Amino acid sequence: MKYLCLVYSDEELLHSLPESPRDEECLAYAESVQESGRLVAGEALAPVQTATTVRVRTGKTTITDGPFAETKEQLAGFYMVEARDLNEALTIAAGIPAARVGSIEVRPVRELEVPARSAAGERG
Amino acid sequence: MSARVHALVERIYRDESRRVLATLIRYLGDFDLAEEALHDAFMAAVDQWPREGVPDKPRAWLVSAGRFKAIDRLRRRARFDASQGALAERLDEAPRGMGDPADIEAVEDDRLRLIFTCCHPALPASAQVALTLREICGLTTEQIAHAFLTRPTTVAQRIVRAKAKIRDAGIPYQVPEATELSERLESVLSVIYLVFNEGYVASVGERMTRGELAEEGIRLGRLLLDLLPDPEVMGLLALMLLHEARRVSRTDVAGEPILLRDQDRGLWNRTMIAEGRTLLGRAFASGEVGAYTLQAAIVALHAEAASVEQTDWSRITGLYDVLVQASPSPIIELNRAVAVAMRDGPEAGLALVDALLARGELVDYRLAYAARADLCCRLGDNERARVAYRQALSLSEQLPERAFLERRLAELGDIVASENIVASENIVASETTPPHREEGGAASS
Repeated sequence: MKYLCLVYSDEELLHSLPESPRDEECLAYAESVQESGRLVAGEALAPVQTATTVRVRTGKTTITDGPFAETKEQLAGFYMVEARDLNEALTIAAGIPAARVGSIEVRPVRELEVPARSAAGERG
Repeated sequence: MSARVHALVERIYRDESRRVLATLIRYLGDFDLAEEALHDAFMAAVDQWPREGVPDKPRAWLVSAGRFKAIDRLRRRARFDASQGALAERLDEAPRGMGDPADIEAVEDDRLRLIFTCCHPALPASAQVALTLREICGLTTEQIAHAFLTRPTTVAQRIVRAKAKIRDAGIPYQVPEATELSERLESVLSVIYLVFNEGYVASVGERMTRGELAEEGIRLGRLLLDLLPDPEVMGLLALMLLHEARRVSRTDVAGEPILLRDQDRGLWNRTMIAEGRTLLGRAFASGEVGAYTLQAAIVALHAEAASVEQTDWSRITGLYDVLVQASPSPIIELNRAVAVAMRDGPEAGLALVDALLARGELVDYRLAYAARADLCCRLGDNERARVAYRQALSLSEQLPERAFLERRLAELGDIVASENIVASENIVASETTPPHREEGGAASS
């Protein structure tokens, strides 16, 4: 079986509590799961302000700012894609068949900030 | 230090800074870095041009200077952040093959790239407008706040967040593909019209009309029409031309507004009106009539009427009825109320204006009170007219408009006031009823 482990948190608190994980710790854990042979994919996401929602209704694509899924909508699947920029990602998202009945939230993946690797991502 | 060179730098800043910025954003890939670079480039011009003379191609010089200054900045920051150094090296090598900054077409493309990036639908609509007015038109957050009927801090926050999203979500600096263009157009049109309006009726400051911005809006409209001959682009350009054609007649030498009734219609630019008419015809012929085309049709009826009395208020009201359906907005409803007052009498108009004010959306909108004051005057209710003029005055920050309102207040009781100029959408009518004399008269004001 494959399982998807979804990380939810209050973004305001995720990086500010005494118990908050640091990026090094997150990376170390991901590596440990990888070493055990069980990691398929894992990424941190950029903050919710970077989210864009795509819907296709009666053949017309609408693009809106924000992660505004309807409260009735539940997570049904995911695509992780490599795209040149947001426009290309949005075009791919609009092609996902479920976009005709649901919403596709498009959010950039965030590079973990680990000093040794000098990654250029931003804080979440 | 040459005053002449300083005046020239100022003029070039006014004329070229937004174009230079648009190109710098393409080179540097970052709004804030490009803004700093623009500032540095003009500082360098002020320093060097008086000594070394003004370069042949000032814009190209400024773009080049800005780029080098940005690379310097990144190298200085590289002491603290290695990634900035890598970026500096990349930028240092990038310009080959990126085009000549003096190439006018490339520069115009940069402005369009900037427009479509600022108007990207992944940004909130309010941020699209704020960002465009700030980046493309160089307006201050205060000016934008007035155009939006909101506070400067709110606007500043919208701009900061929008830039962050452009950077962090990877919104590209490009004109959309033809397949996406029409969907992306709607927000661009609304932004251009706001730009034009900021020029047509400036919300703050000493002058009521600022021709450069209105011309900028029209220029952006023409540019967009070249790229995309969409009926609503025609409608918007027609609307702007039909307004602009009458701009000179709208203010006196002191900059105070002249009522529509008193405007010298001989000053109206017939060539511009004809061009607007032609575009309007093309837009209607397409069979797709949108909100801008409807507004242009209303303004065309004003522009072609020989006088206020001979204006077809029934057709204007009918067009407003359709427009309120197509594009609901309290300001359009206010304009409709004034048109109804012209068709059916001031009482009918006043009832609509009061109902609008009661809904709360226009309580901070000065022209709603000015319209109310006018209608009260026409009904002979000078007491309520004075109250409404004072409310309008307390909300107006535009000096000529304040002078106009103060004069109205002073005259009240002697002369019955007439029309107002409703800012963002349209012109409003003039009354035709004869003056009433009230007991208190001007003495009590």
